[in-house]
Amino acid sequence: MRSTTWAVLAGALFSRLAPAEASLPTNIFAPVSTPAQLVHGLSLFVLTVTGVIFVVVFSLLAYSAIKFRRRPDDDGREPFQIYGSDQLELAWTVIPIIIVMVLFLTSARVIHTVQDARKPKSAIDVTVVGHQFWWEFRYPQYGFVTANELHVPVSDPKHPTPTYLKLLSADTDHSFWVPRLAGKTDLIPNHPNEMWIDPHETGLFLGQCAQYCGTQHAKMLLRVYVQSREDFDAWVRSQQQAPAPVSPGDAAAGQRVFQSTACINCHAVSGTNANGKFGPDLTHLMSRSTIASGAVPNTPANLRGWIGNPETFKPGSLMPAMNLTPKELDEVTTYLLTLH
Amino acid sequence: MSSESLPISGLAGLETKPRPTWIEVLHEWLVTVDHKKLGIMYIVYALVFLVVGGVEATILRIQLAIPHAHFVSPQVFNRMFTMHGTTMIFFVAMPVLFGFANYLVPLMIGARDMAFPRLNAFSFWLTAFGGLLLYFSFLGGDGLYGAGSTPDVGWWAYAPLTSVAFSRGHSTDYWTISLLVSGFGTIGTAVNIVATVLSMRCPGMTLGKMPLLVWLNLVMSGMLLFTITPLTAAQLMLMIDRYMGGHFFDTQAGGSAAIWMHFFWIFGHPEVYVLIIPCFAFVSEIVPVFSRKPIFGYPIMVAATVCIGFVSLSVWAHHMYTIGMTSYENAFFVLTTLAVGVPTGIKIFNWLGTMWGGKIRYELPMMWCLGFLFQFLIAGLTGIMLGAAPFDWQLGNSYFVVAHFHYVIVGGILFALFGAFYYWFPKITGKMLDKKLGHWHFWLFLFGFHMTFDFMHIPGLLGMPRRIYTYEAGRGWAIWNLIVTIGVFFQAVAVLMFVFNMIHSYFRGRVAGNDPWDAWTLEWATSSPPPEYNFAVIPEVKSRRPLWDLKHPEDPDWKYE
Repeated sequence: MRSTTWAVLAGALFSRLAPAEASLPTNIFAPVSTPAQLVHGLSLFVLTVTGVIFVVVFSLLAYSAIKFRRRPDDDGREPFQIYGSDQLELAWTVIPIIIVMVLFLTSARVIHTVQDARKPKSAIDVTVVGHQFWWEFRYPQYGFVTANELHVPVSDPKHPTPTYLKLLSADTDHSFWVPRLAGKTDLIPNHPNEMWIDPHETGLFLGQCAQYCGTQHAKMLLRVYVQSREDFDAWVRSQQQAPAPVSPGDAAAGQRVFQSTACINCHAVSGTNANGKFGPDLTHLMSRSTIASGAVPNTPANLRGWIGNPETFKPGSLMPAMNLTPKELDEVTTYLLTLH
Repeated sequence: MSSESLPISGLAGLETKPRPTWIEVLHEWLVTVDHKKLGIMYIVYALVFLVVGGVEATILRIQLAIPHAHFVSPQVFNRMFTMHGTTMIFFVAMPVLFGFANYLVPLMIGARDMAFPRLNAFSFWLTAFGGLLLYFSFLGGDGLYGAGSTPDVGWWAYAPLTSVAFSRGHSTDYWTISLLVSGFGTIGTAVNIVATVLSMRCPGMTLGKMPLLVWLNLVMSGMLLFTITPLTAAQLMLMIDRYMGGHFFDTQAGGSAAIWMHFFWIFGHPEVYVLIIPCFAFVSEIVPVFSRKPIFGYPIMVAATVCIGFVSLSVWAHHMYTIGMTSYENAFFVLTTLAVGVPTGIKIFNWLGTMWGGKIRYELPMMWCLGFLFQFLIAGLTGIMLGAAPFDWQLGNSYFVVAHFHYVIVGGILFALFGAFYYWFPKITGKMLDKKLGHWHFWLFLFGFHMTFDFMHIPGLLGMPRRIYTYEAGRGWAIWNLIVTIGVFFQAVAVLMFVFNMIHSYFRGRVAGNDPWDAWTLEWATSSPPPEYNFAVIPEVKSRRPLWDLKHPEDPDWKYE
């Protein structure tokens, strides 16, 4: 019966815990970016107002439930019959209307500030495309594409470099939600959306798809790396380069397998004839710390297991098992390990 | 109204018939057009599906109890949450509320049946058939050659997940057609209730003297006429998309996914009020009787309900704050959503006013209603949080919202319903429900409810989205999910005790008599269970509490109303 109070307590408690991000990495009460901070401010206000209403009404209910119970020594007569009171009705109509107006105006202000913010020239553009069940990130200003792990520069409030995300979907509805950076916005096919973030701290921020999109909705995870400007620029440069040609041996054999099977129907590796668009771009696969949209860490063993049978990590994933021989599996894995 | 005209059944017909054979009994129930028998069938049907939907919920919670559990596959999990939601809304909550409305409305207005008894039977069988069709998808979803699959698109079935490209086989069609069929049943019943209330009231019962339960069911039925229609239209459009090459929601051919959301939620949100208003009705009958006072502010209660009915038709897009509406649209729906809290608050205060200064008897119906009042308060307050659009950008589609609407549906609707069961079971069967089992049921369910749904808010605040079949360890979600799951078992045991109590009390229970609660509305004037014709003589009323007038001729209500 006290969940509202708990929410208030949780708000206070989890805000304290904010610096220890590793323990609660997706806590909405630990915002580090303006949209999330504005929501956080509003949420504390709403929690306070609802908390006060809760205490008042709860006390009145509890008081009347206890005070007006029938006593064992009751004389059996009916209590005084009261049919209503216009003054009271007026009071408990007008007071809630005032509360509603206050809450409405505060909400409208935050809505306006977040949604109608002017986009500065210094903004980074990223086009996010939701797929069943992974994320595609395009950087039109820099001319490369990556997947599942978004990199953005930290934004100094004095010289803001916010990141504007254009949200598209290739198939069903998805929703981009990284709680510490901003509220969620949906990715809807045929219905481009936009949101922005301006993280004030570097670090890794987790999130995931928040709109049911099919079988593997649960493992459509999001990782956002907020980097210093220098680190971000270095990362951009490395992503812009085509991978070095593979040296002869297992890796070259693996590349042949990769290019002669259906892999290239879905995956792209820039500088080669692999230019599929249906699955994640693999040009710099090894620069990512996870595979399968965050489902497992990007280790050679996991990579091999994933190629061998995607169902083991992510049943319902749209990537088919290619029925490679163990030798081919080793070779393809070796090849992919060269894609830095 | 004089006491001589008070209809007491048994005076009218004392003829005794030979005991019917079971085939005669079955035939009787299958072809009946009696509103009471249809009401009971609605209720029993809903209780069966309550257990089915509860089993589905339990499967979901076992899977989520620990991170990376392998109790069910993602496919099964997705089917289970789709079926759980669809079942609980369309084949539990609506039928059970229609059941009570069917049973009580004619009795409370002193009528002998609904306005259209045959339409009533037709509507029930449509609803019943809809539910069976939905569950037949377990066998027929893939077509007869396959192993079968059930709908897995979520209970709101967002486009384009329902398009042929993403939903092969027939599982989505089962979902569509079963809701279409039961939707026609719903419209039939809604028309019937409106017609009954408007044209079948006994002499003296003006609209202003109707019991609140009747008023609220009238508003609920009126709302249904507005809200089922877009749902039906959307289902038809979806069928056209899937089978006739239409592109209403087919985004790959230029259709709009957002338009489905609008169609669905302009049904879906008023639907919440369609479900809660009859529960307000139960509370508005039970609280006065057990506080021994008339309902506080009757005209305001009616006005507030009508107001909820209208305003709730304008709030639907608060389910869509994250789809990229403009800031003006978002702000508009914040205003309407918060505004609906005003008449709802008025209701809570009026129930409080009813209890104030009374002599509250803590019988089981009243205990459930008190639980309702506290929990509905909390549900309303979390609703305000979700209504503030920016807060919803964080909370929407998270476990917070799941906790919120279960607080409404379980903590509010189901608690009021259990209250209604304990209150009217004696009228329906003629037997009292066992008190000791009832207390066990109440306290176990209360404990389990709070264990499950209080703690469910927290993973939402910590960023856990809904509809995920598993989650990673180390997000801070695991402990809360475990607690939530444990609570489910307390609720399950409590519900089983309730079912047992009903069966046990039906056969062995204490005989109730006509008026076990010393109540004031007309249904308590006739025998328990009431005869087929309800009243030997059509009663005549002068006030909202005809039996109070009868019991207190020195101080009748009609002097004050």
